[in-house]
Amino acid sequence: MSGKLAISLVVNGERRELLAEPREQLADLLRGSLMLTGTHLGCEQGVCGACTVDIDGAPARSCITHAGSCDGATVRTIEGFADDAVMADLREAFAREHALQCGYCTPGMLIAARDIVLRLPDADEARVREELSGNLCRCTGYRGIVRAVLAVLARRRATLSS
Amino acid sequence: MKPAAFAYVRPKDWPRALQLVAEGARAGAGTQSLGPLLNLRLAQPGTIVDLRHLPGFSGISQRGGGVRIGAGTTHAAIEDGAVPGRTGEIMAAVARRIAYRPVRNRGTIGGSLAHADPAGDWVAVLPALGATAIALGPGGERRIPAVRFVSGIFETALGADELLCAIEVPVLPAEARWGHWKFCRKPGEFSKATACVLSVPAHPPRAVLAALDAPPLVVEDASALLADPATEAPHIVAHIAELTELTDWRRALAETALRRAVAAAVGS
Repeated sequence: MSGKLAISLVVNGERRELLAEPREQLADLLRGSLMLTGTHLGCEQGVCGACTVDIDGAPARSCITHAGSCDGATVRTIEGFADDAVMADLREAFAREHALQCGYCTPGMLIAARDIVLRLPDADEARVREELSGNLCRCTGYRGIVRAVLAVLARRRATLSS
Repeated sequence: MKPAAFAYVRPKDWPRALQLVAEGARAGAGTQSLGPLLNLRLAQPGTIVDLRHLPGFSGISQRGGGVRIGAGTTHAAIEDGAVPGRTGEIMAAVARRIAYRPVRNRGTIGGSLAHADPAGDWVAVLPALGATAIALGPGGERRIPAVRFVSGIFETALGADELLCAIEVPVLPAEARWGHWKFCRKPGEFSKATACVLSVPAHPPRAVLAALDAPPLVVEDASALLADPATEAPHIVAHIAELTELTDWRRALAETALRRAVAAAVGS
């Protein structure tokens, strides 16, 4: 029962064969074994959202998702969105709207924001705030973040209707 | 913090999973409740048995008068309409307000119920809906009414050699009226008081009061509450206060939750 777990993952498009401690959470595997340190650890109890990554196409908390249970999964961390068009729009909007200061929450915030934009194309400000309630930011007061997400939603709606 | 060391096993079939549980392993599914407890070292199991990959662990099927929901079905799937009809409509609205979407993408209805946190959403809602928990043991399946499933704080009616494999919910008529109120100062946080009211034509209305550091309190005939919530809500809260110490503010939240759940059900 002891010894390491063999875990096979596709991370940011690349297949990785890894060995993990049985007690390891996904975030520690990504940061410690793959040096993907864009995934941040804040509360380690699923509340702050800094560790949010994409697992099999849906955002999830990597700090409370067991690495072993992800064997066979496809994981996308913030480093894996360089060529993603929605993420490019969000990055630009975050910069323009001052949606970050220290940047600690930003990787999780962006992955949550991308999910909102794709899943809820008609979301209004109240819905965006509700959906972002699982990502804590202690710098900005959220106004810039909400503006940035709403701007990307509005732009996508305009593009789709034209 | 990081979890204390444990062994991790991912069985391919139910008999092996049941054997591991009987030997004392802790069952894990989405681990959205267990994960934080492991990280905080409030839970230090020797072995975790991962149920996520068992056959039939998630998914929905129609069974006569009921809908069978695999225990491993995620809150997000329910939020997105996996359960059909009026029952599904009610459950989708409940699911949408469980924690946060990234948590709902992993967290499961069965895990939440079996974890039996008094503040858990399904712990309050499934008894109100008249659901049935399906336990799987060495001798096969056993049906446990949801109103009797959660027996204490983090305690259930599951035997030491059983696993929760599914939940069956009734197919409610379109006219079924539903009210649900939970007090959270911030969206997604643990409720400080939850009330549910279900009213189906030709049946007595049912009410549940939960999230008060005690198992959910089920009122099988809540006619009096619906007729006169202002008078009856304090009586119901007094029953809970016999089981657990309630501060004045908590008592006030509980009474208000009941009144608002009634108002929502009457208005729905």
